[in-house]
Amino acid sequence: MSDALLLLAATGLPFVGAIVAGMLPTHARNTAAWLAGAIAIIGLGLVWAAYPTVAAGGVIRHSMAWMPSLGLDLVLRMDGFAWLFAGLVFGVGALVVLYARYYMSADDPVPRFFAFLLAFMGSMTGVVLSGNLIQLAFFWELTSLFSFLLIGYWHHTAAARDGARMALTITATGGLCLFAGVLLLGHIVGSYNLDVVLASGDKIRGHALYLPALVLILMGALTKSAQFPFHFWLPHAMAAPTPVSAYLHSATLVKAGVFLMARLWPVLAGTEAWFWIVGSAGLATLLIGAYVAIFQNDLKGLLAYSTISHLGLITLLLGLNSELAMVAAIFHILNHAAFKASLFMAAGIIDHETGTRDLRRLSGLNRFMPFTTRLAMVAAAAMAGVPLMNGFISKEMFFAETLTAQGSVTFLLDILPFAAMVASAFAVAYSLRFIHGAFFGPDPVDLPHLPHEPPAWMRLPVEILALACIIIGLLPAATVGPYLNMAAHAALGAATPEYSLAVWHGFNTPLVMSLLALAAGVTLYFLLQPLFRRNIEGPPFISRLEGRRMFERSMVFLSWRLARTLEGLLGTRRLQPQLRLVVCVAILAAGWAVYRRGLGPGNLVPQGIDPVLALIWAIGAACALGAAWQAKFHRLAALILLGGTGLVTCVTFVWFSAPDLALTQLLVEIVTTILLLLGLRWLPKRLPGTGTSEVMRAGRRLRDLAIAITAGLGMAGLAFGVMTRFPPEILAQHFLERAYTEGGGTNVVNVILVDFRGFDTLGEIAVLGVVALTAYALLRRFRPAPDSVDVPEQQRDQSAYDIARPERREGDTVADWLLIPSVIARLLFPVVGMVALFLLLRGHDLPGGGFAAGLMGSIAMILQYMLGGTQWVEARLRVLPLRWMGLGLLLAAGTGLGALLFGRPFLTTYFAYADLPLIGEIPTASALLFDIGVFALVVGATMLTLIALARQSVRGHRAAAPRATAASAPAAPVPVPAAASAATPTAATGDD
Amino acid sequence: MELILALGIGVLTGSGVWLLLRPRTFQVIIGLSLLSYAVNLFIFSTGGLRTGAAPVLERGMAGSLATHADPVPQALVLTAIVISFATTALFLVLLLAARGLTGTDHVDGKEKSR
Repeated sequence: MSDALLLLAATGLPFVGAIVAGMLPTHARNTAAWLAGAIAIIGLGLVWAAYPTVAAGGVIRHSMAWMPSLGLDLVLRMDGFAWLFAGLVFGVGALVVLYARYYMSADDPVPRFFAFLLAFMGSMTGVVLSGNLIQLAFFWELTSLFSFLLIGYWHHTAAARDGARMALTITATGGLCLFAGVLLLGHIVGSYNLDVVLASGDKIRGHALYLPALVLILMGALTKSAQFPFHFWLPHAMAAPTPVSAYLHSATLVKAGVFLMARLWPVLAGTEAWFWIVGSAGLATLLIGAYVAIFQNDLKGLLAYSTISHLGLITLLLGLNSELAMVAAIFHILNHAAFKASLFMAAGIIDHETGTRDLRRLSGLNRFMPFTTRLAMVAAAAMAGVPLMNGFISKEMFFAETLTAQGSVTFLLDILPFAAMVASAFAVAYSLRFIHGAFFGPDPVDLPHLPHEPPAWMRLPVEILALACIIIGLLPAATVGPYLNMAAHAALGAATPEYSLAVWHGFNTPLVMSLLALAAGVTLYFLLQPLFRRNIEGPPFISRLEGRRMFERSMVFLSWRLARTLEGLLGTRRLQPQLRLVVCVAILAAGWAVYRRGLGPGNLVPQGIDPVLALIWAIGAACALGAAWQAKFHRLAALILLGGTGLVTCVTFVWFSAPDLALTQLLVEIVTTILLLLGLRWLPKRLPGTGTSEVMRAGRRLRDLAIAITAGLGMAGLAFGVMTRFPPEILAQHFLERAYTEGGGTNVVNVILVDFRGFDTLGEIAVLGVVALTAYALLRRFRPAPDSVDVPEQQRDQSAYDIARPERREGDTVADWLLIPSVIARLLFPVVGMVALFLLLRGHDLPGGGFAAGLMGSIAMILQYMLGGTQWVEARLRVLPLRWMGLGLLLAAGTGLGALLFGRPFLTTYFAYADLPLIGEIPTASALLFDIGVFALVVGATMLTLIALARQSVRGHRAAAPRATAASAPAAPVPVPAAASAATPTAATGDD
Repeated sequence: MELILALGIGVLTGSGVWLLLRPRTFQVIIGLSLLSYAVNLFIFSTGGLRTGAAPVLERGMAGSLATHADPVPQALVLTAIVISFATTALFLVLLLAARGLTGTDHVDGKEKSR
């Protein structure tokens, strides 16, 4: 098998398996377990297949181009050290899968559990096999994410949710620090490739940025490995199902931190800073974890704190800056994985078979599950460091290291051996408590279940692991010797020291320390008996020092108090201050730029002033000022003045050679005016000024006036500055040259819209469609304010006039209102429609196009609505705006996709000219189809909005009528147009 | 010419900003419309003010800036016109819905309490 395939399969298979497991039915417990087990075994096989190469000192690599422009490659890389870890991940993974099959209840959604577990396995493999630091940080964060999902698997319990959240917050924060640190490291070295980084140790340690990089990377590693003061997330993660704890907290997740420290040990270690940070964190964690573990009443809690303590031991070894200590650390990583995984599984078995993990309730289980008792005793003995167990050998090495540690801080070095002994005695005490408390003593009373031995398959993983503890303990050199040697050489290279793995090194100081610690631990345990019997909660002396409480306080502070304070200080829910802020910031930003860069004169000589244009703009400016003034007092006047400004804008476009813009602006102007006119009906009468004093209001107005004048002056200056400079030509030239030769049209603007930037236009018409649908949806549930419900004054007058005349009936005047214009409008309908068609067809070559034509088409229809009345039109003309819109979008997108069929990029145009009889030559570019799509959508969207607005007057009265008659039952549901009628809005009028 | 248009844009912007800061929704919608005229004219003017430049090519010929108007700002503004129409429509409908729900046409959905 090729190296590339091997590495890719090892990393990728678990993720593939996770996806497959995630799609299994909820209760496919066995299938999911088989799948996960098979993948773990295959992974193990793949790792084994790599052994010959790796054992010979080789490194398997596979790199794929990722971002070549930045010199970044995705690199998978396996050396002896990574091999050992990958084996651990898959090996323990396989055992955990087997165990979990029997542990998980059939009622739980087990496939999801295995999906998370597999994804976690893949992330962990990704971490150990990463040959690129950024990639490593990525997989690192993935492990945080999937451990979050695994810890929170029983998300119906609050403990699981809190534990998961805490673990994620701590480890992901650490992960972010790690990422920053890795970026710094890459900056120092000039490459993110692990091989290059590992070869640049002196450069890194000598660099000015060494300390920040070190601190950031260690933040990542120490949080992940639950080192003091970040240790508190680990005990809370015990809310996870026990297989998760057995996997994450023995062999994988928490080992990622020490893995990283060991991986980068050759380049980061060897300095005072490393010794101080890593060494003291490890020492503190070792002691605190061991001390607290003694007083845990929960079996898993005890194991959690002992895990923290053992991780502290490994960290301390890594912090000692000695190659031998590094070897001991790697060895202990292995040993700890074996005995801790089996102990977690044993705790899970007890929990599973008795229904409780509380040491105060458990007792005498030896008589009910003797086999499990023996297994747990072996594992606990290894944890305590009893001779002939694997834990004993690495502990011996640890003791030896504490005696010979080198460093400048003599005080720390002096207490090291004693601290090691104390921690070791604590370890003996909590191991004893685990075994003695749960398995010996009187028969248990009042347990939730009657305890019995677990299924044989559930016990098998524990048996394998316990056996490993004994065999490694008896014959270390013959069993793990070669692998440890390989890993140490891969991690340390030529600096690997000589060491001997043996049970008996003679009667030396470490052995004396071991025996002393054993004796002290046993004595301590029996001295503490009265304390345990008093049902104490938490360890004496430091029970108040709870990381969790501090964490939660800081969370509350950050996410609630600080946020609220900042919102109170900086936020407002009022629109005006927000807009004022936006405008002021914009002015200041522009002003700052002008201040910094200066505002020199332009390089174009201004053209002379044309009196006609000056006059036109005098009108335009007057209209704008008038609209600003009248918008408050006389809305209709403001609307008319706004139209005036629009017309002036339109004329300006014509004046400066932009007929397309002028045309579109004119049509948009008409439609906008109609739109606003339709809205005027529902706005309230102006209120007289409210409570605020006249002075304050005048002050506010003055301030706003100043802002407005500043903005206006600034914009005028900016516009003048821009206009008196040469415009950039590159883009224009590009389009002018290619519009005909490549787009097949002479109207460059249109060709840009439908061809060169056709994708933008597609997005734009989609926006238009969304706006129309939103407007429709909002207006469907529109209820006018009570004071706008009445029939308008004019119509009331007209009705009164009818009533006063005996020869007229009420409603006659309204019916005949605008009769002549409406007849003219009816006659004009086909004409306007033809103009729309004309604009559409000629758009590619002459001013026009889909937008203009669409607006023209909707004007043809809205004219009928305005003059003939909604009911009259809808009785005769069924406009189906949603169909128009759908057709338009389909056509536009379909034209684009059509190009794909011919092997061209999306929205490529095909063009030719067709000669039609009578009409003449018309362009039949595929862009025309696209433009027809634009046309249809614009018609649909405009009509949908306008009709929805126009129909409000009809609906408004109808809604008001039953409200007036049945005022006693205001809660009666107002009928909502049925979903089916949404496609044919004409039918909707019938419902309301 | 440049001066006239620049002043025009300035007046439109000033009026628009003034209305933007007013408390009534109708004032804001008129202000936004004025502001969009100003912005469209500004974008348009970045291509240079040319009277009498051909906006359309001769069939079969490539154009050049010497004789033709700059099509890029025009295409941008054409898009902007349509989008500002859509925004105005959406805002109008929103203000009507808000007015129906809250009974007031104040931008905050309630009259100032003080």
